[in-house]
Amino acid sequence: MDVYLPIANLSVNGLFIVLLGGLTGILSGLFGVGGGFLTTPLLIFYGIPPTVAAASAATQVTGASVSGVLAHSKQNGVDYRMGAVMVGGGVVGALIGALLFSALQSLGQIDVVINVLYVLMLGTIGSLMMREAVDALRPGSKTGGNQPRKRRHHPLVAGLPFRWRFYRSGLYISPLAPLILGTLVGVLTMLMGVGGGFILVPAMLYLLGMSGNVVVGTSLFQILFVTMVTTMTHALTTKAVDIILAGLLLLGSVLGAQFGTQIAMKARPEVLRLVLAAIVIAVALRMLYGLGVQPDEIYTVSPL
Amino acid sequence: MTGTFIGRARAITFLAIAALFLSGQREPILVPEVSQSRIEVRQGFTGANLLLYGAVIDPDGTRRQTEYDIVVVLKGPTEPIRLREKDRIAGIWMNAGSSDFRSAPSFFAVASSRPIDEIVDPRTAAIYELGTQFIQLSPSGQIEPEEQARFASGLVEMRQRGGLYKEDPQGVRISEGVLYQARIVLPSNVITGPYTAETFAIANGRVLASATAEIAVEKVGLEGEVVNAAERASLLYGLGAILLSLSMGWFAGRFFNRS
Repeated sequence: MDVYLPIANLSVNGLFIVLLGGLTGILSGLFGVGGGFLTTPLLIFYGIPPTVAAASAATQVTGASVSGVLAHSKQNGVDYRMGAVMVGGGVVGALIGALLFSALQSLGQIDVVINVLYVLMLGTIGSLMMREAVDALRPGSKTGGNQPRKRRHHPLVAGLPFRWRFYRSGLYISPLAPLILGTLVGVLTMLMGVGGGFILVPAMLYLLGMSGNVVVGTSLFQILFVTMVTTMTHALTTKAVDIILAGLLLLGSVLGAQFGTQIAMKARPEVLRLVLAAIVIAVALRMLYGLGVQPDEIYTVSPL
Repeated sequence: MTGTFIGRARAITFLAIAALFLSGQREPILVPEVSQSRIEVRQGFTGANLLLYGAVIDPDGTRRQTEYDIVVVLKGPTEPIRLREKDRIAGIWMNAGSSDFRSAPSFFAVASSRPIDEIVDPRTAAIYELGTQFIQLSPSGQIEPEEQARFASGLVEMRQRGGLYKEDPQGVRISEGVLYQARIVLPSNVITGPYTAETFAIANGRVLASATAEIAVEKVGLEGEVVNAAERASLLYGLGAILLSLSMGWFAGRFFNRS
């Protein structure tokens, strides 16, 4: 089924895009991540211009995180206070990201920066997750994840001034820490078209030391709002949001997310983490390969 | 399709003959026609198959005695561009050099009845832009000529791979020495705007007659609306995109959680 994308300015196989959305939807249902980290690179491999891919993927992540936020908020799984602070940071980050985006675009280095960021982020997070998952699965290890991990925030976080109480997270820390974290993730959202769940979740657990039952919900809450701001920023500055592309991706991802949630209930969480780690590492390696090997096309055109 | 084509071609031949009796000129007359003067880019657009046809006749109203060749050049809207070239820097392929071109056509196709170098000499070919290596790109900026040439051929090769620049030395078919027809395929990633089709009748290395036809490529229907909205009503467009994603996510959540 051929579908013409008016902003990307080319014709694509609509079914393929829906399936791609479905794949990322399954991931988001399984692991609670937005799946943007997979959508953007795959769209670029498929031939969609990188800017359009990043902008439209951000729109898709909004849709993918809505039902997650609703589900988690029903079970008191969202720390709204923490979330609001991070969203505040995220909005600032998205605006900084937009400035960086246009500066890098005029230098002609936006693509390489996006790719390097992907390799670094996904490579690091993927290896960390892989190590943890393998440890948990190894026979004889203390059935990973079941024994309560000593929660403690990072000494850097403890050193920050003006402490607030975040009741649901069980924390008494400076709001500056989540604010800065939110800002950083906001920059990444704007640049890479990712929700940033794969960075937020570990950072909230290991840096801030938030209690585990509100981490995923709060991260989705931040992602929901920051991707909305990102979509808006892209619509106003790069004008690269392809609503048809986003719609097709959404169609797949909202269906896929439900499917993913079903699987998640049946599978072992350690196995799931291992699979996610493998996928993340695979994407990182593919992008690394792309950076190091001479590309098929060494020329690129940009309008003056 | 073929029926109307022949009918129209007959009409053209007639018109051409009529025109020539009125004007009484000595040069051969070229009457070009395009199958579509307007190409609509709408949902499901996968490219267009453009038929350029017409007739060439001698001023005395008969078919030409001497052999002649037809070259058709279809050109899309030109735009100023910056071309960047990737190079390996510290083990990473990234953009290094760049060059600006003030008039790079977004689409350029040449179809001819024989290879161009058998029809005209390179100088004539360069004057009429009969070939992808003769496109007048108007390079700008301070850059050495050799480097400039490398960038220009890089651009041409890249767009050739993308199907946007092409040459077809057997693309024109001449029947009975009077009627000619050429087919040019526009891929789905063409830029919208005014396109011009120039037809040249050439004999003995000399351009005898030329004629131009205009073709408008436009985004219409939903696709046109989307582009308009994104460009002119960015705020509303952004809100629309957000609303779409929120509602789709919400509906899916409600629908599946109930069952």
